[in-house]
Amino acid sequence: MKKLLTASAITALMAGVASAEEVKLGVLIGFTGPIESLTPAMNAAAEMAAKEVSDSGKLLGGATVVTLKGDTTCAIDTAAATAAAEKLITTDKVNGIIGGDCSGVTGAILQNVARPNGMVMVSPSATSPALSTAEDDGLFFRTAPSDAREGEVMADILTEKGIKSIALTYTNNDYGKGLAESIAKSFEAKGGKVTINVPHDDGKADYSAEVAALASAGGDILVVAGYLDQGGKGIIQASLDSGAFSTFGLPGGMIGDSLPTAIGPGLDGSFGQIAGSDSVGAKTFEEMMKAISMDGTSAYSPESYDAAALILLAMQAAKSSDPKVYKEKIMEIANGPGEKIYPGELAKGLELLAAGTAIDYEGATAVTLVGPGESAGRYREIVVKDGKNETVGFR
Amino acid sequence: MDVLNALITFLNFVAVPGLAYGSQLALGALGVTLIYGILRFSNFAHGDTMAFGTAITILLTWWFQSHGISFGVLPTALLALPFAIAATAGVVLLTDRVVYRFYRRQKAAPSILVIVSLGVMFVMNGIVRLVIGVDEQNFADGGRFLISAGDFKAATSLAEGLAIKSTQAITVITAVVVVALLFWFLQKTRTGKSMRAFSDNEDLALLSGINPDRVVQVTWIIAAALATIAGVLYGLDKSFRPFTYYQLLLPIFAAAIVGGLGNPLGAIAGGFVIAFSEVMVTYAWKKVATYVLPESLAPDSLLQLLSTDYKLAVSFVILIIVLLFAPTGIFKGKSI
Repeated sequence: MKKLLTASAITALMAGVASAEEVKLGVLIGFTGPIESLTPAMNAAAEMAAKEVSDSGKLLGGATVVTLKGDTTCAIDTAAATAAAEKLITTDKVNGIIGGDCSGVTGAILQNVARPNGMVMVSPSATSPALSTAEDDGLFFRTAPSDAREGEVMADILTEKGIKSIALTYTNNDYGKGLAESIAKSFEAKGGKVTINVPHDDGKADYSAEVAALASAGGDILVVAGYLDQGGKGIIQASLDSGAFSTFGLPGGMIGDSLPTAIGPGLDGSFGQIAGSDSVGAKTFEEMMKAISMDGTSAYSPESYDAAALILLAMQAAKSSDPKVYKEKIMEIANGPGEKIYPGELAKGLELLAAGTAIDYEGATAVTLVGPGESAGRYREIVVKDGKNETVGFR
Repeated sequence: MDVLNALITFLNFVAVPGLAYGSQLALGALGVTLIYGILRFSNFAHGDTMAFGTAITILLTWWFQSHGISFGVLPTALLALPFAIAATAGVVLLTDRVVYRFYRRQKAAPSILVIVSLGVMFVMNGIVRLVIGVDEQNFADGGRFLISAGDFKAATSLAEGLAIKSTQAITVITAVVVVALLFWFLQKTRTGKSMRAFSDNEDLALLSGINPDRVVQVTWIIAAALATIAGVLYGLDKSFRPFTYYQLLLPIFAAAIVGGLGNPLGAIAGGFVIAFSEVMVTYAWKKVATYVLPESLAPDSLLQLLSTDYKLAVSFVILIIVLLFAPTGIFKGKSI
């Protein structure tokens, strides 16, 4: 009896704390696993946004914001990820989740935990096209663009360059397959011809057989949806060696300084695109990250800041930290119209919203959400010139 | 003209790569077959011996390059090769002394020796990774092409180009020289003859006064040399990564078994059979067919028998067919 009393007293105390408006955000990303090198910066960016809002004291009339971490592990087996999400939602009672990170675990968390509990998820880094069509009850958003978008951008560039047919090869995983499918679909929709669409495996010594098949199918150029330090490089080297192709289309995974250095002059004239923004916000964000000794150019860290900021601003607009209520406001905050809000100006955004003025959250990545709530994405168009990747424009 | 284009396409994408790959496999298979013929077990550590020899060659190549030593148009690695062979032979002899000799004296069954070699393989595997890391290394320098595709097109004004990489030419030439030397050694020298005698009938050879320790040592040295040469040629022509050398074990064993285990001629034939099957079964014949066939018959599909993903499976299938229908291989080696 005594125990029960103590327990209920503690519960009452805890409830008391909650009523003083403490907004909890879950940061649910792969702190261990294949992208563990990216997650420290992603977490720091999300925490930075939370601190900025918390310190301003303007959220929902003076609420504080705390962040709680959960580890998705980014594994094929999603058990650890769903367990971490379960804990965040049912035990820690978070008001919103920034995450997941990898596409596989994000899909699993969404279906198994977030939807049954009506929890809002804003993923900074899941890019699989499959998530665009997933049932989400209006709870799932992402500040990273879908790979399908990159396919459209690539198809645009190809058509503008007057290319009629391409041979296509992709790295043999979900990312490569999804990207290759979207490139092929968009390019064919624009009247182009894909002569062959085959996978290649990473980590082999010799790609001459793969290149022989690609060469036999032919095409104006070869599009390599792979990794620049892996099979993608091998495919390009073997193609140049055998004279099979001389120009290459390079999606995001193939853009990096090491590729032109490794291949040499043979790569000149090849082109591609990578997610990247020329927005004003990106610069400010980089400086803010530098101030806390983190790297603001680390992949998906600006997207993480934006994910946290979007959730908090939506709460302010909805005047509620209940995910079922503020989920309606996220698209409105992201797309405007209204006064543009950049990183470091979250207090201003909160003030304007409190006063009933509309805002358009631009953030670090020029956030615009399209379709089922995913980033439209900005892409940096690259052409290889004199052994260097040169940016020729944004789209 | 079209027939010529078809021929050039065939040479460029099938014949030349197949010939180079076949030579590399043949050299590897020779080492395996020699160990099997004389020491009477399948040496699973052969792939990692290749990796070890190549790793040493790469380190020496870097050392030479840092001192400004080069071999002109030829890769510096060829200069480093003799030293690497000596180092590999040393390691292999040490392994024999520490590990295999114990089991040989116990007259252990071949199946036990196979498992012992598996253990040696894992140790070698680890050493190579510790020495040079798991990443890919490219160490080819010197002239890149004997004939490049662009030059060939310009010179012949054909639609198709033919590229012959200098590493491919070096591979084939080295393989011919090494094989000729090996056969001369086995047929004409006293030590070679004693090795063959030991292989044919161990007891008779011992009775006629052949020193078994010497035969074993020479066998290991030759196997180490063959492994290092095969590994370096493969690495020059393609690229070096410890894991791919470990995977090479399958096609090499397939080549040795297809040719007939224990038979050097068979190892060479087997190497080319495996290499050309891998390349030809996974090649898309569309382009060649389009050139050769009249326009009305031009194919729409790729005319590819198997996707390139299944390249490794081709060796498996050939291995199974040979073991089912001709267990002693093409050249009547020892049955296993």
